[in-house]
Amino acid sequence: MSSMQANIEQKLQSLAPTFLSVINESGNHSVPPNSETHFKVTMVSDQFEGLAAVRRHQQVYAVLAEPLANGVHALALHTYTPLEWGLRQESSPASPDCLGGSKQA
Amino acid sequence: MDIMDTIKQQIEQNAIILFMKGSPSAPQCGFSMKASQALMACGKRFAYVDVLSNPEIRQNLPVYANWPTFPQLWVNGELVGGCDIIMDMSEKGELKTLVDTIDDSANG
Repeated sequence: MSSMQANIEQKLQSLAPTFLSVINESGNHSVPPNSETHFKVTMVSDQFEGLAAVRRHQQVYAVLAEPLANGVHALALHTYTPLEWGLRQESSPASPDCLGGSKQA
Repeated sequence: MDIMDTIKQQIEQNAIILFMKGSPSAPQCGFSMKASQALMACGKRFAYVDVLSNPEIRQNLPVYANWPTFPQLWVNGELVGGCDIIMDMSEKGELKTLVDTIDDSANG
């Protein structure tokens, strides 16, 4: 497991996940091999109960401020309560393909 | 004008505004492409800002919004969310419901 992936997983423990998946999707994007720039996070927590998605994502972003300031460029976020996760039959959507925009950045 | 004032003005003066990488017709990022396509599918006019050609906005909007990435959809002065939220709402039909509440005369 990459160091950034472990860092993200460790930091997200503070939101008390009952399920957590952090996948490095950097290989799908226009970045050098073995990059740690694009991640997909799927997370289930009781703490998301009663919160709109935008607030859930802001909580995750706040916890991950340090990685986001230090090289993490994209974070696909899928945040569910245990009930929502069950209704989705425990699956999260796929991330979109890259279009190469960061080459201009 | 201060960049934060510019951002505030853009968000206040456009009832539906998408901050994205590239344009809806030539998106430069997969997340921005999916978001702009979902929004276009709602059939409502919307404003957009290409943050790749507006580096000051790209740099400062995340601070203003407390949201570090793009795209960002704002409706009625409120942050709706990024690509994942937009796609989820689109699949549930909630995105169209939301933008259909906007009166076109208020939608610069």
